[in-house]
Amino acid sequence: MMRFLFAAVVAVLAALPAGAVDIREVTSPGGIKAWLVEEHSIPFTALELRFKGGASLDQPGKRGATLLMMALIEEGAGDLDSQGFAAARDSLAAEFHFDAYDDSVSVSARMLTENRAEAAALLRTALITPRFDAEAIERVRAQVASIIQSDETDPHAIAGRAFDEQAFGDHPYGTSRNGTLDSIAALSRADLVAAHAASMAKDRVYVSAVGDITEVELGVLLDDLLGDLPEAGAPMPPRAELGLTGGVTVIDYASPQSVVVFGHAGIKRDDPDFFAAYLLNQVLGGSGFAARLMDEVREKRGLTYGIYTYLVPMDLAETWQGSFSSANAKVAEAIDVVRAEWAKAAAEGVTDAELEAAKTYLTGSYPLRFDGNGPIADILVGMQIEGLPASYVNDRNAYIEAVTPDDIRRVAARLMQPDALRFVVVGQPQGVAGTN
Amino acid sequence: MFRILRRAAFAALFALPAAAAEKVTTFTLDNGLEVVVIEDHRAPVVVQMVWYRAGAADEKPGVSGVAHFLEHLMFKGTDTVASGELSKTVAANGGSDNAFTSSDYTAYFQRIAADRLELVMRMEADRMRNLKLTEDDWRTEREVIIEERNQRTDSDPGAIFSEQRRAAQYLNHPYGTPVIGWRQEMEHLTRQDALDWYRRNYAPNNAVLVIAGDVTPDRVRDLAETYYGPLAPSPDITERVRPQEPPQLAERRLSYSDPRVSRPYVTRSYLAPERDSGAQEKGAALTILADLLGGDGQTSFLARKLQFDSKKAIYTSAGYDGSSYDDTTFNLAVVPAEGVSLAEAEKALDEAIDEFIEGGVDTEAFERVKTRIRAATIYGQDDVNRLARRYGEALTTGLTVADVQAWPDVLDAVTEADVLAAALEVFDRRRAVTGWMMLPDRAEVMQ
Repeated sequence: MMRFLFAAVVAVLAALPAGAVDIREVTSPGGIKAWLVEEHSIPFTALELRFKGGASLDQPGKRGATLLMMALIEEGAGDLDSQGFAAARDSLAAEFHFDAYDDSVSVSARMLTENRAEAAALLRTALITPRFDAEAIERVRAQVASIIQSDETDPHAIAGRAFDEQAFGDHPYGTSRNGTLDSIAALSRADLVAAHAASMAKDRVYVSAVGDITEVELGVLLDDLLGDLPEAGAPMPPRAELGLTGGVTVIDYASPQSVVVFGHAGIKRDDPDFFAAYLLNQVLGGSGFAARLMDEVREKRGLTYGIYTYLVPMDLAETWQGSFSSANAKVAEAIDVVRAEWAKAAAEGVTDAELEAAKTYLTGSYPLRFDGNGPIADILVGMQIEGLPASYVNDRNAYIEAVTPDDIRRVAARLMQPDALRFVVVGQPQGVAGTN
Repeated sequence: MFRILRRAAFAALFALPAAAAEKVTTFTLDNGLEVVVIEDHRAPVVVQMVWYRAGAADEKPGVSGVAHFLEHLMFKGTDTVASGELSKTVAANGGSDNAFTSSDYTAYFQRIAADRLELVMRMEADRMRNLKLTEDDWRTEREVIIEERNQRTDSDPGAIFSEQRRAAQYLNHPYGTPVIGWRQEMEHLTRQDALDWYRRNYAPNNAVLVIAGDVTPDRVRDLAETYYGPLAPSPDITERVRPQEPPQLAERRLSYSDPRVSRPYVTRSYLAPERDSGAQEKGAALTILADLLGGDGQTSFLARKLQFDSKKAIYTSAGYDGSSYDDTTFNLAVVPAEGVSLAEAEKALDEAIDEFIEGGVDTEAFERVKTRIRAATIYGQDDVNRLARRYGEALTTGLTVADVQAWPDVLDAVTEADVLAAALEVFDRRRAVTGWMMLPDRAEVMQ
């Protein structure tokens, strides 16, 4: 029985000249929406699920509950204990991955065509009836604890945590989604059951499927897989107040090299100037590209192995961050170069040639991302959770092309504030003094 | 219920051919350049890789890190391409490029829209023989590789410990020297060291060109003849003969403590045979042995014994990489649970290995591993970059295209008895290095 609603069929021939990606927006008989790309040349399907909310839904005092819950849903489900579930999955040669991020939890699956129904039935038990057995909780809790302990002595994690704490304070963004040793020690089975109900519900799920599957088959699969999820999860958390101030934080750490994380306020993903900011960041510190900071700090001066900047438009706060590592004797000079480049770009924007080069790179590299069922499924589910239409794959390069040098200057003057940059330095830097 | 499903799944998968499903064409140019073309026409993207049969283990003593140093300097320009211009040109065309160095090979790649293949083939061919190095370029880049060592190795106690263990594993073979180089030798690398290395190793008759993606073999042949064809082969390329290991007769034990360590752990590595061309059976048995012992976090033998049953460990692993020109290693690791000493964890590991050998291979577990291996030939087709890497790595570690294509069948033919025989042979403490990673204030005394 075929009851699919074809809300839109988008063929992206323009963006992808030879290998068209034909995205279909479909709705299952039970009302679950998904984006589908049929690709029948290899007998498997990549399925991506994202549930909006993620680890930021952790309740006060329960930090780490969402992450521990996602680590446990493959550790026993339905009639199967942890080892039984893994054995069943491997016997079907299916691949399942579960993860928790700040703004979402994710489920990724690859299933062979020949036993897709069995694989989906197994996956369903993990999503709908995870067991949270006491044995599994204790075992996985100890694994998460060891990750928390590792992060306590890892300079990159120390720097990231200190930056987040200053930026976001008491908001969930201000602490690690792993939780602390104390907070995870206090989590009960009931907390995990609550985290499961809070984060995995039909009102927040986004779905994409790419591969050897038809619309009808996908509809049946999704109704079986997700039909018994609760209708609604927990309310979304509030926006985070950005508490970052300009200055330098030095955290003493015995190592030949200092790790530096820096940044200040950023820009929302749906801001009209987002693409101008995106191009500006690309020129300044984008990856895969001959960016200014890489040229000044690495190529000309040999002060680092790599330096990058990135816009971080999260659901509840926006920052613009960068990171690098430098020998303790060189880090002061590297920080000076970053500040100088930040001030220069804020005052002058970028050259026409730089803007054109960044446009050519970003428009040319976009179609290269669509090079496999797995990567395409990942892109499509990401677009949905950001609220982008399927036609975005066609229009995205036009947004990039439309940015003018004036747009860049305007957004640079608005966003880039050299005095507002906070540098967190973890190491034993020479000639770098902490401010408050 | 799932038992029935599982049996059905077996039956279906046994009907699958185990052989590699990718569409591969190979040919060799007159100057000795081997070319591999892997077709995947689903997206208008192509990747070019050039692999040189020259890695850190081919360096002369005293200049450790020079293979990797030259890899960095290869982006510095030629007579016709300015310093940094290659990467800039690739980026300006929407592509990405990079390179990597290992003990056995150095490789360069670009990923770009399929209609720009000619551009990157012209530039990659150009720098195979025409590299130019200015005074500024090489001195600054030496600072960069030292920062890279700071970042990758000296800032990471696990990496320092691994470097020390590898040095202890190889008594004579240069695999004991880190690819990035020992710091005191890196600090004295010169332009001349880099150029000597370049002239000795960078030539079409010491390289493999892999082109993968939306391209036809005929088109690749035309472009390869045009750009790589005129390059002169080097008369100095000889068979790679490195100092080999003597019989290893004495077990080695190391302990390392570092205040930056958060959790102590135990490692054990055994010298092990690599995959040999035309004789990959032992490598295949060791690959499956590693999968059975540590391949899955829930069902592998070590996880069941140490994480689920005795609960002496929070994490276990087993690993074997047979893609190596000379003898490789079989690696085990255990992170003890809170309150379990390293000595207890090591004892539990050894008991588990003994139990595995005495008890024989669990048939269901063995079949699950085989099923996953067969499925990997299906999933593998979704990632043409990885396929390209697999061919490049094989052809620069002593294997042939035929070996790569036979590998799924060789794995499929491994029996439970083969796995046990491989385990008995490889788990010989005389050829093993045991490592204890410790916190300074919680150090135990190693026996």
